[in-house]
Amino acid sequence: MDTFKLLKTLTETGAPSGFEEQIAPVVQELWEPFVDTISVDRVGSLIAVKNGRAPEPRPRLLLAAHMDEIGLMVTQIVEHEGNGFLRVTNVGGVDRRQVYAQLVTVHGRKELHGVVGNLPPHLLPEDRRDKPYGYEDLVIDVGLPLADVEANVSVGDFVSFRQPLRKLQGKRVSGKALDNRASVAAVTICLEYLQGRSHDWDVVAVATAQEETRLLGAFTSAFSQQPDAAIAIDVTFGKGPGASDENTFDLGGGPVIDRGPNVHPGLYQGLQEAADSLEMSINTGTHSRYSGTDAFGLQIARDGIPTGLVGIPLRYMHTMVESLDMKDVERTGRLLGEFITRLDADFISNITAALMEEEKA
Amino acid sequence: MNELLKNLTEAVGVASNEKEVRLLIRDLIVDHVDEWHVDAMGNLLALKKGTGASPLRVLVDAHMDEVGLMITDVDSNGTFKFEGVGGFNDRTLLGKVVQVGPEKIIGVIGARPVHLLKAEQRNSVVKMDAMRIDIGAKNKDAASGKVKVGEYAAFVTEYEELGETAVGKAFDNRAGCAALIELLRARPYPFDVYASFSVQEEVGLRGAQVAAYGVNPDAALVLECTPAYDLPNDDDVSPNVALGKGPSIYVMDGVTIQDPRLVAHITRTAAANGIPFQIRQPGGGGTNTAVIQRTRGGIPAATIAVPGRHAHTPTMMINLDDYANVVKLAEATLRSLTPEVIKRN
Amino acid sequence: MNELIKKLVEAYGPSGFEDGMRDLIRPEVEAYADEIRVDALGNLIAIKNGDGSGLKVMIAAHMDEIGVMVTHVTKEGFLRFTNIGGVLPHNLMGSRVQFANGTIGLIYSDRIEDRGKIHPLNKFYIDVGASSPDDCPVSVGDAAGFVRPFMAQGSRLTAKTMDDRIGCVVAIEAMKRLKSTPHQVYFAFTVQEEVGVRGAMTAANHLDPDVGIALDVTLTGDVPEARPMAISLGKGAAIKVKDSGMIAHAGLVRLMKQRADAASIPYQLEVLDGGSTDARSMQIANAGTAAGCISIPCRYVHSQSETVDAGDVESCIQLLVEILANPIEL
Repeated sequence: MDTFKLLKTLTETGAPSGFEEQIAPVVQELWEPFVDTISVDRVGSLIAVKNGRAPEPRPRLLLAAHMDEIGLMVTQIVEHEGNGFLRVTNVGGVDRRQVYAQLVTVHGRKELHGVVGNLPPHLLPEDRRDKPYGYEDLVIDVGLPLADVEANVSVGDFVSFRQPLRKLQGKRVSGKALDNRASVAAVTICLEYLQGRSHDWDVVAVATAQEETRLLGAFTSAFSQQPDAAIAIDVTFGKGPGASDENTFDLGGGPVIDRGPNVHPGLYQGLQEAADSLEMSINTGTHSRYSGTDAFGLQIARDGIPTGLVGIPLRYMHTMVESLDMKDVERTGRLLGEFITRLDADFISNITAALMEEEKA
Repeated sequence: MNELLKNLTEAVGVASNEKEVRLLIRDLIVDHVDEWHVDAMGNLLALKKGTGASPLRVLVDAHMDEVGLMITDVDSNGTFKFEGVGGFNDRTLLGKVVQVGPEKIIGVIGARPVHLLKAEQRNSVVKMDAMRIDIGAKNKDAASGKVKVGEYAAFVTEYEELGETAVGKAFDNRAGCAALIELLRARPYPFDVYASFSVQEEVGLRGAQVAAYGVNPDAALVLECTPAYDLPNDDDVSPNVALGKGPSIYVMDGVTIQDPRLVAHITRTAAANGIPFQIRQPGGGGTNTAVIQRTRGGIPAATIAVPGRHAHTPTMMINLDDYANVVKLAEATLRSLTPEVIKRN
Repeated sequence: MNELIKKLVEAYGPSGFEDGMRDLIRPEVEAYADEIRVDALGNLIAIKNGDGSGLKVMIAAHMDEIGVMVTHVTKEGFLRFTNIGGVLPHNLMGSRVQFANGTIGLIYSDRIEDRGKIHPLNKFYIDVGASSPDDCPVSVGDAAGFVRPFMAQGSRLTAKTMDDRIGCVVAIEAMKRLKSTPHQVYFAFTVQEEVGVRGAMTAANHLDPDVGIALDVTLTGDVPEARPMAISLGKGAAIKVKDSGMIAHAGLVRLMKQRADAASIPYQLEVLDGGSTDARSMQIANAGTAAGCISIPCRYVHSQSETVDAGDVESCIQLLVEILANPIEL
């Protein structure tokens, strides 16, 4: 599978949180050849199962990569000199300073292309001139008269950002929604890696819904699927302009395996061992409290699920020029695949027992 | 000297890295419970079977984690950057001693000497991201060889008693753990008691939620240590709770309204047994009761706490009479708990 | 209907202390329910059986209201207090509150030095006429609700607790009018919404519905200098698309619009920038619920003059009945 094509297909589909019905069919088409069952659940997560080889009841590993992206939503239609403009609010953690002058798609009765406009500073009220543009001033301009806008757009319609995936130097690419379609791509690569390799455990691949707003799909899919262990895959901060030194990672430096309260030490170690067996370059990430990923939700479903977290380094998170190195996406897919093939019947009892082993001096 | 409090508070168990405390508690309870196991998050769960007189299943929870630090990076000079694991007042950290990693390597959180500070620096709070932990390594390589990114650091304080007062680190919540251990060592209760020594309370009440889901009890009691602000103050305001005035009973905090029926049961029990108590000032804060109460179809839950001065510092203080009365009140509360108390029409 | 509204909006029931509300609502729904339950947190759940062909649908309207709780009694017998839910300091001067034991208290604040500034909550106090902690009829930990009589002026209805007793009224009226339904419908009168949508969480965990619909008030953009928002009083039921706590199930939003269009019920689409409802809890319960909300537009939310329009209330009732009387395909 061509990684650029895969990422292009995934990132160029517009699907803000709550509007995953746009992207779910795209992911379904990618995953269907590799899995035994696939369906969409009550909150919009896509859940696919690839059966393992062990006798039933088989242990299950859940892989969660969220498929939603940040976006906007129409709050008002306003008229000016016969033209229709849209006021919007954010869906998920949009940095409103960089919304101005972006291309968008308005998902109305029919899809309308538009741009995000604003009056120039000198025409704004004095107290707002030196401040970033806010939603009270920004408008979406679809270039149409009011009647056409009203015929096609309602309050509550989703708006997604529109930016093609572009190649940078080497294997780096840039575009929108690499957070977190890059991880959906990695899971796809993992499922492909598992073709023709044997694995004991069932793999439950979940493209989760509404991560950007409330980690919804992680909580609910972990509850419904009752896995024995889970791994969240998400982007993490790449080293680059404006990023701090610690807890950021080189683009192209390999997957980041995380430790911290949301991660079970057994999963951390298991992923490390899988990387070692592939002689893969990896980094260790940390979170001291909340990881801000699906791992947070997965871990506390029902009576608790041993959870791991793998990150793909990404620059300029939550902008329309998110950038990464495709090697890291491919490595993340292989790392997950290798981890899965190494899972055996005793994995859970071993990592649980390790919680009570005396530390070796 | 209260050996239980000494051993528990001197053990290290920063949130999500509770192994040492978990092992210690397991050894302290193993002869007094019928079953125990560790769940997927590391909660230590134990069952003390009842006499069979009552059909209830009751969960008693005490979190075993403490606030601490996590190493996030090594500087070129061989000192470590860190973040807080749990809530910290930055002023707590400067000039303190910590123990780092499984080998408990001693480090210090140093600062620029006061002589070298400009006037405005002397009057500003040093933020955590400007502090470093120094283990005495001569350079980055030497430091990295000793301590890994992702390892934890905890305060170091030797337990001591000053009359009725005890000083130490991590009374929040080893005092609750000690009380729960004492409850397990008592004779059987009319019903099955499930004890959860839960993990990750300090990073968002994480462990108790899955413990409660797994146990699925009819009611729950949470044993805690709550901040006491009974220091000199000219204003006529509540001290939250005060040392020496007895167990503190929660009514409402920032994230929970305690079950009113259980609160009434606890206060009635205290009055009937001549145990002093104080109502903790309603308002902020939160305990594991919040997540236990909201688990499954809802679990009636309430909190009894040991008042603790100087919370989330290495130099906490509790009153040993308060502690003894928490044990007494919790035990009496359990022994007199009947299905009628939590019955609803 | 105004009689029922008056009865519910004037009653005492701060979050966590809803026993009286439950006693008021139960007789109103008993005749229309096949079964009534009260769960561990105190949610009142009235069940209407379906014919077996439909889904499990949970309707949530919260019984609790915002209020205050005593934190400290001063030497002079004044009560310092904290908020239960979203109590706004600028709505407090001169208001009256009532405790469970009937004691009435007056709220005022410490001396105001700068009239342009509002004191934080901890600078307010309650005067119950006591002169010391010894003769104070209430104590630390006691909860109080606000006092304000119901008022109907034309089609506008005003009370201290339209949020969310008017949602309870919508649920009760819909139960009365719903002749038959394919769905197993759980009308949940929930507790502790104002302190973090807690009652609906445990009710939904327990009931495990396929679909969850909250009935709650929403803000409007039709008052002077309002935050821009395309919701007005009198323009119909509000179908929630998004608020700051959840994004409604897209299919459920479509279905609500279709039902309203088909029955010619006036409606508006709601994107709310502050606050959330019981739908937030229902959505994330268990394996997830297709969740949405029918909102009653309301001015002056969390003041003691919360105001709704009777026509909007009627539209909400009709819309809920239309949804429940017909199949739900998402």
